[in-house]
Amino acid sequence: MEPVSTTPAVAATGEAGLDDRLASDGPAIEAVGLTKRYGASTAVDELTLSVGRGEVFGLLGPNGAGKTTTILMLLGLTEPTAGTASVDGLDPSRDPLAVKARVGYVPDEVGFYDDLTALENLRYTCRLNRIERREAERRIDEALDDVGLLDVASRPVGTYSRGMRQRLGLADALVKRPKILILDEPTVNIDPEGVRELLLLVERLRTDQGVTVLLSSHLLHQVQQVCDRIGIFVRGRLRACGTVDELADELDDRWVFDIGVADIDQPRDLLERLPGVSGCTRSEGRWLVHADHDIRIDLHRAVVAAGGRLFHLARREADLDAIYHRYFEGGERELEHTIS
Amino acid sequence: MSSSTRSADLGSPPAPVRRFRGGWRIVAAKEFTDHVRSVRFLVLVALISLAGLAAVNSAAGPIRDAAEAASETPSIFLFLFTLSPDRLPAFHEFIGILGPLLGIGLGFDAISGERSQRTLPRLVSQPIHRDEIINGKFVAGLSAVGLALAVVMAIVGGYGALELGVGPSWSDLARVGAFFVVTLAYVGLWLALAIVLSVYTRRAATAALTAIAIWLLFTLFGGLIAGLIADAVHPVGAEASAEQVLRNARLELNVRRVSPDQLYRDATGVLLNPSQRSTGILLTDQVGALPSELPLRDSLLLAWWQVITIIGAATALFTAAYVRFLRQEVRA
Repeated sequence: MEPVSTTPAVAATGEAGLDDRLASDGPAIEAVGLTKRYGASTAVDELTLSVGRGEVFGLLGPNGAGKTTTILMLLGLTEPTAGTASVDGLDPSRDPLAVKARVGYVPDEVGFYDDLTALENLRYTCRLNRIERREAERRIDEALDDVGLLDVASRPVGTYSRGMRQRLGLADALVKRPKILILDEPTVNIDPEGVRELLLLVERLRTDQGVTVLLSSHLLHQVQQVCDRIGIFVRGRLRACGTVDELADELDDRWVFDIGVADIDQPRDLLERLPGVSGCTRSEGRWLVHADHDIRIDLHRAVVAAGGRLFHLARREADLDAIYHRYFEGGERELEHTIS
Repeated sequence: MSSSTRSADLGSPPAPVRRFRGGWRIVAAKEFTDHVRSVRFLVLVALISLAGLAAVNSAAGPIRDAAEAASETPSIFLFLFTLSPDRLPAFHEFIGILGPLLGIGLGFDAISGERSQRTLPRLVSQPIHRDEIINGKFVAGLSAVGLALAVVMAIVGGYGALELGVGPSWSDLARVGAFFVVTLAYVGLWLALAIVLSVYTRRAATAALTAIAIWLLFTLFGGLIAGLIADAVHPVGAEASAEQVLRNARLELNVRRVSPDQLYRDATGVLLNPSQRSTGILLTDQVGALPSELPLRDSLLLAWWQVITIIGAATALFTAAYVRFLRQEVRA
């Protein structure tokens, strides 16, 4: 495949990867009709996706949705059954070494040689990337400092906690000085504080170095804060893609209010009679009211007019939970349909 | 995650893909260091050295006798490796039995270890070709085996030379060199077997046990099974003729040659013993009247098919591991 770019000069050079400045015009990551089948089952189904340079993109989906398979195809570690991928303008299945040299990859539950120290593990990575020794030491120091492991660098990795390993995984990817960072389930198995630090670091990498980040996760709240755009991936298909707001716009009931009322006999009847309300449910002693527009003023008036008291009224942000559930439930329904 | 992130030098010119050649050397260097620093390696070298010393020590008496009896025998030094008094195996037979353990010990977790430690996805996402991983591991294993053998042979040879005052001649050294190469190939065969198992099995313990089962089958029970087969085909009764006995013995030897252990014994027996004129069974009338010594070239000619078979089997096993590893999914 020719490098995906609008610049004719790239196509003219023929040999992709020889000139970064030319290659860096197109999107950082692009997939067109990318498909992977294992026998009869389809792990990734015609994925078409484009991640811009310097963007943080979240690939969101339940376990087994095909996120890791997609990542492996982007790295040239598994051959797509159909379709093409382009990473930094290079075809991973034709030019895997050049792709791997510029992509930092932290696999799901990253592992290290337990008998070796963190330093030795990272030195091996540097040697495999043909980084000259003195430069390697400098980069290792920086990377370990960035992830806060500098003071335990001489300890065997076997003594590390899971969170420390995850951070070491990030350091391992950073010593390459990657243009693109791919993190597979980076927040699994680490405590909330660790997650926060990791996401802050990701954000800093993007801001300071312009690194493009593709991260996969099944934990939406964690990635919501750092991702510019999110793709929702269910059973091998990209079901929705966009910013959180864009995705929320597609929801029918994006107006959800959390209200607390007292001194009313039948609050449900009152609430459901309001114009625009599609339904309400009881939730933790309060009510969740779904509506098709902003009903806060009407709602307040109605409660007061009925002689009741309103002690809580808040709009629920259109969060990924709603988005996620919608697409995942949609997926389930589709599944039931195909079974029956 | 404390300090600020440094700015990356995104403007630096990218090196051509050519710079990623020879990744197997990096893998091999790392694996070799790991082997040599491992307790496993030390234990195996110590075990084989002890066995070698025991063999040489028990051979000391017969060697002295031989040296006194036949001062014209030029290759006393080689007796160190071949002479077996009593029922103790000679040095080269010890290597035939214990050498496989060295190969198995250095290879049984070559690939499955990377999987169980979850380092494989990280390793294959570095800019090296996937085959360079398995090639590097095989080269590293073979180098470690070579080092171990050199150490063991130096210990045994040095001990023998000091204790008995026998030094090697140049032709002895050439034969010891040939012995070294054949031994390396033989242990390489077991290393390749272990690597195959490490590719096919998910757990290192399964691979180790399977390899040891195969080793026991060939080295311990091989002779037993061969004897049973020979007796069944050519029964040797009480009044069996010489010809029947001979047929039985020939068949037994041929069946035993299915085992790499027997091939190795054949080859090294001939290479280390200049007066041995055949790898098979010789009758007295087939032996030349004068017990003259064969030049190394002729000994090699006698042993060549055993050597080729060992190398061929090792190559076939490694190829199986190589092909399978390249086709395997990273997550498999």
